[in-house]
Amino acid sequence: MERIPILKMGKFLLVSIQIDMDDRTAMTLQDDLTGQIVKHRAKGVLIDISSLDVVDSFIGRMLANTAAMARILDAETVVVGMQPSVAITLVELGLSLKGVRSALNVERGMELLQRIATDIESEAADADDEN
Amino acid sequence: MQTTKTETAPVRSSADVVSVRHLVRRWAVELGFTLVEQTKIVTAASELARNMIDYGGGGELVIESLDDGIRKGLRLVFQDQGPGIPDIQAALRDGFTSGSGMGLGLGGAKRLSNEFDIQSAPGQGTRVTITRWKGVS
Repeated sequence: MERIPILKMGKFLLVSIQIDMDDRTAMTLQDDLTGQIVKHRAKGVLIDISSLDVVDSFIGRMLANTAAMARILDAETVVVGMQPSVAITLVELGLSLKGVRSALNVERGMELLQRIATDIESEAADADDEN
Repeated sequence: MQTTKTETAPVRSSADVVSVRHLVRRWAVELGFTLVEQTKIVTAASELARNMIDYGGGGELVIESLDDGIRKGLRLVFQDQGPGIPDIQAALRDGFTSGSGMGLGLGGAKRLSNEFDIQSAPGQGTRVTITRWKGVS
């Protein structure tokens, strides 16, 4: 079974899915990601799916679950690079990926994560000032 | 209507689901399907292949290229010898699942196809047939 590599960059984790994953590979990625979030105290996860020409309900669910688990572990998830044909198909399939943030490409996804992380930090600082 | 080409593929493991996606993609490209048409039928095939493994104990896919003189199309027949579906109407409803899935497989595959047929009875397995025509949205 292939394993999708997870890269650490500062407070964030980066994943670029370059292969057509079978269900086991997808589940392993979900488990690996949640483990790495805790290990590195990551504040954000960026998942690049620009190489995927199919996202079916299983992979869609994996993305949604990963985002939900990450949020509970205090990290935000951004899915980037979804192909338009994949987006059209997902919606028709009935999967709207509610709760999953998305961005057009890796660059914008990183900007979004940075912004979220900065907002959280400044909120924390404000809270400290009030005390 | 003429069947111009046909092939049978086993659907028994999660690796076979990936193979089915590649097989269907190759045939859809060969027929000149647009990218969206390709993606829709490949995704529908992925859902039905996984359903067959999860609920039907595996089975096989028969893929056919069709030509009715005006249009070209792709027909996929998923056949298993599993326990069958007692209530097909319920199984087609979004969110209905007897397993661990989301219950989008059958209804989703139907929405992604131009034609959809399901034959099933308890103890007699399940056969799902979907067709997509080139140039039909």
